[in-house]
Amino acid sequence: MNLTPELARMAATARDAASRFGLDFPEVVFEMVDPDELNMIASYGGFPVRYPHWRFGMEYRRLQKTYEYGLGKIYELVINTDPCYAYLMKTNTLMEQKLVMAHVHGHADFFRNNAWFAPTDRKMVDVMANHGTRVRRHVDRQGADAVEVFLDHCLSLENLIDPLGLYIRRTRPAAPEPELDSERRAAGRVQRFPVTHRYMEPFINPKEALDRERDEIAEGLRERTNFPAQPTRDVLEFLLHHAPLQDWQADCLDIVREEAYYFAPQAMTKIVNEGWASFCHSRLMTTELLETREIVDYADKHASTLATQPGRINPYRLGFDLLHDIERRWNRGAHGKEWAECGDAAEKRSWNSGANDGLRKVFEVRRVHNDQTFLDAFLTPEFIEESKLYIYGRDPRTGQSVILDRDPATVKPKLLQQFTNMGQPIIELVDANHGNRAELYLRHLWEGADLREDFARQTLRALHALWTRPVHIETAVEGKTVVWSFDGENESSRDLGKSLEAVGA
Amino acid sequence: MPMRRVDTDVSRFRRIVRGQIRKNLRRYVSQGELKTLQGGRVVSVPLPEIHLPQFTFGDRGGSGVGQGEGEAGEAVGGEPGEESGEHELEAEVTLEELAQILGEELELPRIEPRGRQSVVTDVRRYRDIRRVGPRSLRHFKRTFRNALQRQIAAGTYDPACPRIVPRPDDERFRSFDVTPVPESSAAVLYMMDVSGSMGAEQKEIVRNTAFWLDTWIRSQYRNVATRYVVHDAAAREVDRHNFFHLKEAGGTKISSAYRLVDRMIDDDYPPDQWNVYCFQFSDGDNWSGGDTAECMRLLDEDLLPKSNQFAYGQVKSAYGSGQFKHDLDQRFDDDDRLVTCDIPDRDGILDCIREFLRRGR
Repeated sequence: MNLTPELARMAATARDAASRFGLDFPEVVFEMVDPDELNMIASYGGFPVRYPHWRFGMEYRRLQKTYEYGLGKIYELVINTDPCYAYLMKTNTLMEQKLVMAHVHGHADFFRNNAWFAPTDRKMVDVMANHGTRVRRHVDRQGADAVEVFLDHCLSLENLIDPLGLYIRRTRPAAPEPELDSERRAAGRVQRFPVTHRYMEPFINPKEALDRERDEIAEGLRERTNFPAQPTRDVLEFLLHHAPLQDWQADCLDIVREEAYYFAPQAMTKIVNEGWASFCHSRLMTTELLETREIVDYADKHASTLATQPGRINPYRLGFDLLHDIERRWNRGAHGKEWAECGDAAEKRSWNSGANDGLRKVFEVRRVHNDQTFLDAFLTPEFIEESKLYIYGRDPRTGQSVILDRDPATVKPKLLQQFTNMGQPIIELVDANHGNRAELYLRHLWEGADLREDFARQTLRALHALWTRPVHIETAVEGKTVVWSFDGENESSRDLGKSLEAVGA
Repeated sequence: MPMRRVDTDVSRFRRIVRGQIRKNLRRYVSQGELKTLQGGRVVSVPLPEIHLPQFTFGDRGGSGVGQGEGEAGEAVGGEPGEESGEHELEAEVTLEELAQILGEELELPRIEPRGRQSVVTDVRRYRDIRRVGPRSLRHFKRTFRNALQRQIAAGTYDPACPRIVPRPDDERFRSFDVTPVPESSAAVLYMMDVSGSMGAEQKEIVRNTAFWLDTWIRSQYRNVATRYVVHDAAAREVDRHNFFHLKEAGGTKISSAYRLVDRMIDDDYPPDQWNVYCFQFSDGDNWSGGDTAECMRLLDEDLLPKSNQFAYGQVKSAYGSGQFKHDLDQRFDDDDRLVTCDIPDRDGILDCIREFLRRGR
């Protein structure tokens, strides 16, 4: 900690206020940095030491230019570790520092208490630093280009993980029986009834019955020998165990996978997390921390944080408003079956059971929910109308983006879709022995949105680089199923001729 | 300053972008578009980015959820998209800053003017500080800093009650100094083929390119004259607006434009006093081989000796054969004064500008 005595006092005040409010957080360590240092740390995702890669350089340059041209600056940066590290920008005003401190305590509380963060490693600073050391060692031995090319391939596949796998124990398939093909093995297992007289054979063991039984067993065997036995979304793990990788390659892939899992809960909880931190800073600032002369400046900063831009969702705003709505509703007891089924809008609006349960509920929400469940559970039609959410789309004639619809019944599913699987397509590995030729077959569970084709084709190349045998992905283009493939030399595309309906259409 | 870790990553990234290493990664580089909005006050600055391919959604049919005012059917306004979105920076800048940004991004050398620099003007810049001056120019920060220093030195400063009262001798004022600057002038002559094969898209590309060339050259010279020539089978001078909007039809005789430009230079811009720049844009179709030969002669004998640089940008169109660039490249391969460049599409604009200006002539 390198705070001035004044800021250190402020940090202590903020900490005490946060505790009184009921927040529960690890020690928060504030570090003062200048804009350039902050940009540098931010470009590494908050971690000062990571493995070398050009994309961190790209991000740094972007942040640097954004700051230089006066287009924006980072106020605050906090990482999910224990103790929790947070960075304060030297150029912030005292009021801004206070705001950042309050906000950061909200995040620290969220990291510790939100269920979705439970599996994350709180010593990630060390882990990342180790990753850096390992990659550097590989670079020393294999050369910068080789390692970088391989890392790029891995990063192209970075989102092929099973984010929910962190919380569910997936059934582990029994090891497949190798040897013999299923038909012949099945034939050996068909049960015959004992026959005393030869001529009775066709009557006691009729050929059709035997054939049927053999086919059934073969079918069962085929299912068992499917590899993997069940489709898996953790494609990276599968590759790690089964792709023909050298040790250093496996190590790099492992690093990319581990970091992808570490960041997944953050992507899953953007709205609740930012909403919660904003909720906390607003409560702490307005009830305890602000001095009278700072109020106008604070209001200005707070408002610009929560400002919306056309055609976008500001996670700070949506989360903040929704948490407030929950607090108000639970204070009035405006929830549950009775309330939801009440058809009278006026009665609903003035509903008040005097429950006064809001704050408890909000604390519960921050413990339990991720973005998707949060929106699903609490986004009421009234809220959608009040907060002016809409669906936009392209006008086919002008090509301009226009507002299409404000009906809560269509807005909500659309929004949920946008936050399903962190806005990423759901892709699973179906078969690693496709066509019995060790070809990799992925399936995109198409729900209405198409994959970006040029990217998908390039990603197949990255996948092929790891797997080395032909790779396929089954997806749909405007509802028509297709398979895109890459066999190491040629790309190809095959229509499956099935039509799919968009989910919720 | 010690080498920081991030510098390694930055230089690695820049080398990839410039195509020095990892050449096959370069196809993922999106340059962004250098474009101006709101009458040139806001520019979007292109930052090269590399998007690693992943299995991701396309733009979801341009549809999504937003928040704000407006009736169904009304335009959303702004650029919709994910909140982290595309990284295009939009900065409000003056043309000078713009030229500077351009120079930085494209790593352009400053132009070395030639010609007589006999005209010298005094330039006043407010970059000096004095102890006396008018109140309106008082340097607030410096004044208080001096007062603070004095109070600390005198021991009258109390951190618990930081009251600082400047005295007259603490005051500092902004002031100017005078630098003599040799004045150099540039004439920029644009030529565009407006024959039937140049469509709206091609003209838009030329317009964009010309804007950036103009911005850069203006940042390098104090006095810039710009003239516009269009031609199909015959050439004539037009104003800026018509240059970009005129739609003609018919054949193409490039020599006609060369003749007209040559006459302009002789009449108005004697090369011993002016830095002459010629920029020609065409889709590369010329009327006949005979005319092309005539063009070569004009270039060789008149235009090239008279200009700092002659630049030819060939815009790709559905009809153009692109033969003319071929011919130029063959004839003037090792001549520094002539640059040629293909502009296949909008993304090619930046490369073209870089190509035209990188020699600093």
